[in-house]
Amino acid sequence: MRSDFRARNHPAWWAFLVHRLSGLALAVFLPVHFLVLGQALAGEAALDGLLAWTQRPLVKTAEWGLVVLLAAHLTGGLRLLALEFLPWRDWQKSLLAAAAGLTIVAGLALALAL
Amino acid sequence: MSARAETRLWIAQRASAVALALCVVVHLVVIIYAMRGGLSAAEILGRTRGNVGWAAFYTVFVLAAAVHAPIGLRAIAMEWLGWRGRSLSIAMHLAALGLAVLGLRAVWAVFA
Repeated sequence: MRSDFRARNHPAWWAFLVHRLSGLALAVFLPVHFLVLGQALAGEAALDGLLAWTQRPLVKTAEWGLVVLLAAHLTGGLRLLALEFLPWRDWQKSLLAAAAGLTIVAGLALALAL
Repeated sequence: MSARAETRLWIAQRASAVALALCVVVHLVVIIYAMRGGLSAAEILGRTRGNVGWAAFYTVFVLAAAVHAPIGLRAIAMEWLGWRGRSLSIAMHLAALGLAVLGLRAVWAVFA
């Protein structure tokens, strides 16, 4: 069956897309994250050099975006686990809204900390 | 790939997801706490150097991510790129190995 716009114009489809794209972005970011932390092997100064670079506004914004994607992937994933493993209850329809809300909370909390 | 192997991957994806859910909650709290006033190597290493608890936590976190990410990438490769078969399986095993090696190296870097 073709997945046309009718199938896609639904909150659950957008939840799928957000989960997939956030997962993809996190998977691409992960090796970079590990390499940056690995700089500590070359000493504290080497790591500080990279961390100074992350203070640029654009990099900071990108970091904020990644944390929001992490929060989105977490809450979207918890929703999936609840749908798959818990017996069906009516409140599970609200999980999408809860996931979106918690993601926004995480994003705002980090924005305040930046 | 056999139905049995697909089932194993499905279970591995859910089991790693449960571990990651706990790890990511802790990680998000640490990120928001640590980002206040900017990051510094001294601050990060002061928290992690010689701390067996954090090292154990990040080891579990890295290994769960090394299982979880390649299985997710595999689904994307199959559904969006039409990539299948042995070459995909090999690529995803290499991705898992690469993430585990780089991640454990990073854990060691901030612990030792």
